[in-house]
Amino acid sequence: MRYSAWHILKQGLTGNKGWQPMWREPEPKPAYDFVIVGAGHGMAAAYYLAKVFRAKRIAVLEKGWLGSGNTGRNTTIIRSNYLMPANQPFYEFSMKLWEGLEQELNYNSMVSQRGIMNVFHSDPQRDAAARRGNAMLFSGADAELLNTDDLRRKAPFLDFENARFPIKGALWQPRGGTVRHDAVVWGYARAADALGVDIIQNCEVTGFQIQDGVCTGVETSKGPVRAGRVGVCVAGSSSRVMEKAGIRLPVESHVLQAFVSEGLKPALPGVITFGAGHFYVSQSDKGGLVFGGDIDGYNSYAQRGNLPTVEDVCEGGMALMPFIGRARLLRMWGGVMDMSMDGSPFIDRTAITGLYFNGGWCYGGFKATPASGYCMAHLLAHDRSHATASQFRLDRFLRGQLIDEKGVGAQPNLH
Amino acid sequence: MIINHPLLGPRDAAEFTYLGDVSLINRPDWKDAEAERKFHDYLYLRDNPAGEHRELWYHEQGDRSWLVVTRDTVTHEVKRVELAREAALAMGRGK
Repeated sequence: MRYSAWHILKQGLTGNKGWQPMWREPEPKPAYDFVIVGAGHGMAAAYYLAKVFRAKRIAVLEKGWLGSGNTGRNTTIIRSNYLMPANQPFYEFSMKLWEGLEQELNYNSMVSQRGIMNVFHSDPQRDAAARRGNAMLFSGADAELLNTDDLRRKAPFLDFENARFPIKGALWQPRGGTVRHDAVVWGYARAADALGVDIIQNCEVTGFQIQDGVCTGVETSKGPVRAGRVGVCVAGSSSRVMEKAGIRLPVESHVLQAFVSEGLKPALPGVITFGAGHFYVSQSDKGGLVFGGDIDGYNSYAQRGNLPTVEDVCEGGMALMPFIGRARLLRMWGGVMDMSMDGSPFIDRTAITGLYFNGGWCYGGFKATPASGYCMAHLLAHDRSHATASQFRLDRFLRGQLIDEKGVGAQPNLH
Repeated sequence: MIINHPLLGPRDAAEFTYLGDVSLINRPDWKDAEAERKFHDYLYLRDNPAGEHRELWYHEQGDRSWLVVTRDTVTHEVKRVELAREAALAMGRGK
């Protein structure tokens, strides 16, 4: 069924009785050409594998239900304002895929390019922002340096005269914005299902079938499934799943908290980030201020954090925009992040033939979803990396080719 | 989280900074023939378990001692706290 305004009208006049489920709920077959574990980035990978790379016999195995993992636990921000040459072309590729996503999938994912501003507070930070903006322009992305007059017009509520962190301007990417997170995976799932991909929910992978260094399938809670190639896209649980294949990863799992205030009238012009601490905020279409900051900073799979980090995040918010103190907090949650040792992700082969890995997304997984899926599909189909993801290799620490976007050494708690 | 410091009693985890897995005590020998690979594994690879995890915490806003905390990464329950010095000696370091 193709969604359209005409279809809504027709259904509205006929009692909305003609809507169909968006995807089938098949039982797993004994064998597939491609088995993808994890239905977040994995769902995007399955879609592009079927659509662009013309693969057949694909299954996506999901431990819970669609959207139950980190798909439902992010802050929905999209942007391509990276600096490193290994990162920026990839995220710009992702941004281009976001821009065409709804037409591509025939699904309203609520892609809203309302812009993102990275506020800076000093002359050196302005220099760094200008350098980053130039790197973005070189990659084909958009960037503007805003002075305080420009910024006051866009966001008059910011604390420009803050005694400790006065605001000097911002790096502005108009094409950044937000996307409805669930609707991304639902859109990919519907489109992938229509191309014949089997989406198998409540199916946990409990082990891998590995013979002589070749992966030939997976063991699941619904029985064994043979596979030509297996792709693991389970960021947050990567170490737990890859351990079953005997692989240790350069990853620690950390909890990142996020928060939503009560609904307010439209106040924020787009996504705003604080330059003197770690705080980022956007406003959802329902009006809630969606915000977050640092990870708690210790290994955790708990999907909830602790209060000192809540205080730290809220202090950042108060320093940037004091009016946020008048909004009441509606809810908060924690998501489990694959924090990689240099803050950058992996899309790579493993030492086991036929087993491919996608993870280590740190804070940045949501915005990467389309390109991550596309590049994973490319890797699965051709057994070699897509041009924009060629540096996201598992052996980069051994080779000294770290992608340390933040310019800091080996720490798992980068973002 | 409350960390029950062996010398100072129960202290808020916010007084501490976190380093990571207790295996970071076991720095490889740089003269080892396999030193390059061992340092890679030591610096970058982690077991990252879901469940019981032994890890290093530094009491930065207290007595500046290093502790080995045994904590459940699924529930955040702190099960055991010992001085890192004693844990390291028990592992055979410092000989």
